[in-house]
Amino acid sequence: MAAAISIEGIGKRFRLYHERPDSLKERVIHFRVKAEELWALKHVSVDVAEGETLGLIGPNGSGKTTLLKIVAGILRPTEGRVTTRGRIAALLALAAGFHPELTGRENVYLNASILGLARREIDRRFDDIVAFAELEEFVDNQVKFYSSGMYVRLGFAVAVHVDPAILLVDEVLAVGDIAFQAKCLERIRAFQQEGRTIVFVTHAPDLVLRVCDRVVLLAHGAIVDEGEPRQVVRDFRRLMSRQSVAYGWDEGTKEIEIVSAEIFGPDGSGSEIFAPGDELVIQMDLKASTAVEDPIISFALHDENNTFVFGTNSGWRIGPIAFTEGKYRAQFVLRSLPFVEGRYYVTLGVHSRDSKRVYHLQEQRYAFDVIKGEENPGVLFIPVECKVERL
Amino acid sequence: MATSTYPPERAAPHPAPAPIVRTSEPPRFHLVGRIRELARTREILGNLVRKEVKVKYKSSVLGVAWSMLNPILYLAVFTLVFSVVLPASVPQFPVYLLSGLLAWNLFATSLSLASRSIVDNANLVTKVYFPREILPLASEGSALVDFALQGVVLAVFMAALRYSFVGANLLLLPLAMFALLVFTAALAFWVSALNVRYRDTQHLLGLALLAWFWLTPVVYPGGLVYRKLALGHHPWLFKLFLLNPMTDIVFGFQRALYAHVQPHGAAQAVLIPVSVGWLALVLGAVSVGSLVLLWLAWRTFFHLSGDFAEEL
Repeated sequence: MAAAISIEGIGKRFRLYHERPDSLKERVIHFRVKAEELWALKHVSVDVAEGETLGLIGPNGSGKTTLLKIVAGILRPTEGRVTTRGRIAALLALAAGFHPELTGRENVYLNASILGLARREIDRRFDDIVAFAELEEFVDNQVKFYSSGMYVRLGFAVAVHVDPAILLVDEVLAVGDIAFQAKCLERIRAFQQEGRTIVFVTHAPDLVLRVCDRVVLLAHGAIVDEGEPRQVVRDFRRLMSRQSVAYGWDEGTKEIEIVSAEIFGPDGSGSEIFAPGDELVIQMDLKASTAVEDPIISFALHDENNTFVFGTNSGWRIGPIAFTEGKYRAQFVLRSLPFVEGRYYVTLGVHSRDSKRVYHLQEQRYAFDVIKGEENPGVLFIPVECKVERL
Repeated sequence: MATSTYPPERAAPHPAPAPIVRTSEPPRFHLVGRIRELARTREILGNLVRKEVKVKYKSSVLGVAWSMLNPILYLAVFTLVFSVVLPASVPQFPVYLLSGLLAWNLFATSLSLASRSIVDNANLVTKVYFPREILPLASEGSALVDFALQGVVLAVFMAALRYSFVGANLLLLPLAMFALLVFTAALAFWVSALNVRYRDTQHLLGLALLAWFWLTPVVYPGGLVYRKLALGHHPWLFKLFLLNPMTDIVFGFQRALYAHVQPHGAAQAVLIPVSVGWLALVLGAVSVGSLVLLWLAWRTFFHLSGDFAEEL
């Protein structure tokens, strides 16, 4: 099957100006302008098969939105080329190209014609568009009198009714109210079932896991990983946590040193993504360089707002211990994660009972994510057994 | 962790009768490719011209009459100045003024609309693909609509004054019009692209157009300039004057529509006393020069347009 989108060796160079003159006057005064070149994308090649839903993820500044804009034709690549088969609708921001002075009707015609529809085709779809946007009474009012909600509804209605073979979606699901998000998602699923091609840029890993067939991970303008969503999302997490290492403190007298630490999933393998109710093991390998009397090994969990959510230590759990010179292994087994959603940072420490002497502290060096499924709404997880019996 | 099996199954790929295959714009400028792309998307151009015109008259009581009012107001002011304050003895002054003013207004209106065209349509440029050339061209298109309306004003005056023009001179009109359209398009590409980066372009353009207007023989008779410069001590100054393409184009329009170099009642020549053939030659040269300029301006526009979405 021919690829719906084929991206061949795309490179995009931007010029960054240190002090860019933004008027001709300044340009004439400072005739020479220093510009630095920045490659936002370099050697990017991906094929998207017809009917496939591809997710593009990556940290901020990784070039994923730039890539989407190049596929949409809004930005021109410096190198390489993109070939697309079929009409493209891009949901880069919803109310594309509405002119406030024109009426809703005039805007629909203008917008749809730019998206590539002939006048007759728009005539045929006009009523559907207006019905979908629920704007029957206001369609002949100037758009400047619309509320922002009406604006967004009309923009979305036009984009999904131009019958695109390829839909490009950039973070739009992050804006808008919940009812609208649900409507968007429903529409995207309908598109998938109709066998249309979708490229999806997002920060939300759970959305990627739920919607995409394949995921591409971009970092610094290059493809770092590509493949099955669950595995790529895991790599993305790892990339993100590696980036946040710099924030974690690492200090202590090192009489007892945390040589390494690991977070396990329920199956005993290293993991960073958990579901509510999963078992999680924090394991630390320690090395004592001298004998230490009554050390305390502790951990603490903080959420993304840096709220301390839970913590405990070996003193409270098992009582006093004593180390002689040598290697030790400590484990905390969290039987059932009560969190339903979010990223949690793990602080590990070894210190004296009165906490006055810190042997080794690794503050928020490790992190894991909890991703909920639809079956676990709410703010915390309660293990539930469900029974239905006939009486 | 529960594994999600969504989506469970897919229908056959969406049936598309004839998929529109599009390749990203190459980094190099190809004139033929661009013209083909514009031809393919000509419907958008028509719609954008319609939009420009609609937006212009949307919130005004007089609507389309505004376009006609502009030349009438000019006419009233200049008639007052030139027949009462500074008599310059141009018989049938309305016909003389309007024939040149029409061309000038097309030029000036196109450029001032074009200078803002990319910036004002930022919400289109940053969200949808279409050839960016369409925006300055739509500015010229909507100025052409004004041109047609103002042509009606001229026709009314000609009819009212029972003005007769010489048939053969009219042949200059298509040539002058061609030169005007090409020259205007070239500058429109240039100012629209420039204004994306340097936002004061539109203000400087206003000043430049004011100076340019008075350097072009729209209001005062070209014959007068000829006498003062060409027959005076500095004939090279007249050559300089003719280097202004707008002067040549306006000469063409005036010769075609006002027609009489020295009409009855004029003490001296109103238009420059040259043959129609000479004017046609000059207009031909202006056309060729404008085509070269258009190619250059288009190339610059194309290179800058790849990053418009980022600059806005």
